[in-house]
Amino acid sequence: MADFTLDDIRRILRASGGVDEQTDLDGEHFAGTSFADLGYDSLALLELVNRIEREYGIQIPDGDLAHTQTPLEALTYVQARLTEARV
Amino acid sequence: MSASGIRPGRRGRSVVTGIGVVAPTGIGAARHWESVLSGKSGLGRITRFDPTGYPVRVAGEVPGFRAGEQVPGRLVPQTDRFTHFALAAAEDALADAAADPATLPEYEMAVVTASSSGGTEFGQHEMENLYQKGSSWVGAYQSIAWFYAATTGQVSIRHGMRGPCGVICGEQAGALDALGQSRRLLDTGSRLVLSGGTDASLCPYGLVAQLSTGRLSTEDDPARAYLPFDAAASGFVPGEGGAILVVESAEAAHARGAPAYGEILGYAAGFDPTADGTTARHSVLVSVVRRALADAGLAPGDVDVVFADAAGTPAEDLAEARAITEVFGPGGVPVTAPKTLTGRLYAGGAALDVATALLALSAGVVPHTAGLGRPAPGCEIDLVLDRPRQTDPRTALVLARGHGGFTSALVTGAGDRHALRR
Repeated sequence: MADFTLDDIRRILRASGGVDEQTDLDGEHFAGTSFADLGYDSLALLELVNRIEREYGIQIPDGDLAHTQTPLEALTYVQARLTEARV
Repeated sequence: MSASGIRPGRRGRSVVTGIGVVAPTGIGAARHWESVLSGKSGLGRITRFDPTGYPVRVAGEVPGFRAGEQVPGRLVPQTDRFTHFALAAAEDALADAAADPATLPEYEMAVVTASSSGGTEFGQHEMENLYQKGSSWVGAYQSIAWFYAATTGQVSIRHGMRGPCGVICGEQAGALDALGQSRRLLDTGSRLVLSGGTDASLCPYGLVAQLSTGRLSTEDDPARAYLPFDAAASGFVPGEGGAILVVESAEAAHARGAPAYGEILGYAAGFDPTADGTTARHSVLVSVVRRALADAGLAPGDVDVVFADAAGTPAEDLAEARAITEVFGPGGVPVTAPKTLTGRLYAGGAALDVATALLALSAGVVPHTAGLGRPAPGCEIDLVLDRPRQTDPRTALVLARGHGGFTSALVTGAGDRHALRR
């Protein structure tokens, strides 16, 4: 099972929601900045969930990831799901 | 009451202060206009996909458009090509008009565009994902990218324009209807409207959908494929692109010190109730032209040039030529169809025609219809061929007929702007 890191979140956000000049995905505060402040809306989070599910072969119940506010929270949540899936 | 339902006394003057173009003739109004004057065609064999197995292999593609450079990065994967075109053209039009939305009241700026096919190419890819991989592979952005109003919504969000927003789906006539609507919005509290239209359906799914009309040319030679009003007419070539215009109330434009390419003087729309539409199409078109002229307070003799719809099929061309002749008399007005350089752009077509008409008025020249050979019998119109005519036109009539019966006409008058931004 592949590891899931902040870089994976960056990569998926770039591919799915796109980035523009105002978005700094590589900044030191990325992990703790809310998705909203990074410019990603609920549709972007839905797309993030879809891609994580497909790529990592896990199920994320509807809305679960929507409760996370930041990439760090999303990372923690997904890593927990991956650990569950390995058991 | 006037033809549009608004009392003439309440109507303010509507002017066009900015033009943004993304078309097979080039990106940017200046490049497009150069192509029109030199008769440089944007038609060619389809390159966006391999057209070998399809009956239509020639189209008008926008050359050199790079979404990554011309569209905000975030919106590239979220929206379809027709929205990419409109976002780029809207940006261009605002810059051309020297209008900064950040300095204007957000609820007094409106957006109304035309769309004919919606986000076709985006939709095709998502449908491929659906049937090849399963529903979980369909991207979340399909929910907004396919939508006919996607362009209006994204342009509105992008520029903070929170006034009335809408989309009009009237196929090739749609952009005239959008411009007619923009004028109404200026009469009801808006001061600036982004209007016009774009379409981009040169993907297999989009092309197949267009084939069902039976009106596309199957000719393989780009120089022979789209010959409206010509004895060799064999249908039309599909194209992609369009134009977005900045439409303002004359007072608002004046207050900003913004010169105008021209003024929207009159507009009318009708509907041809028949399926093939030749006899009815002629009489509906006559009535629409007369109402647009009446709305503008002009007589046929006041019109200096007609931008024809130019369907490219013999019956439709004849119906249009007869309608023009009935209103203006045989050879009574110069007629042109620069769209032979682009193909028919659907929702973008009439928007580009209005842009071209405004450029013609501001430059004082009637562009020619490039590429035609021998006029079709019965088309007794004064078609401007071979080269532009330096006649200093002051008033132009733009005609558009959309598949299914949409029929619209728009009258524009010359403004006080003569220079194009480059």
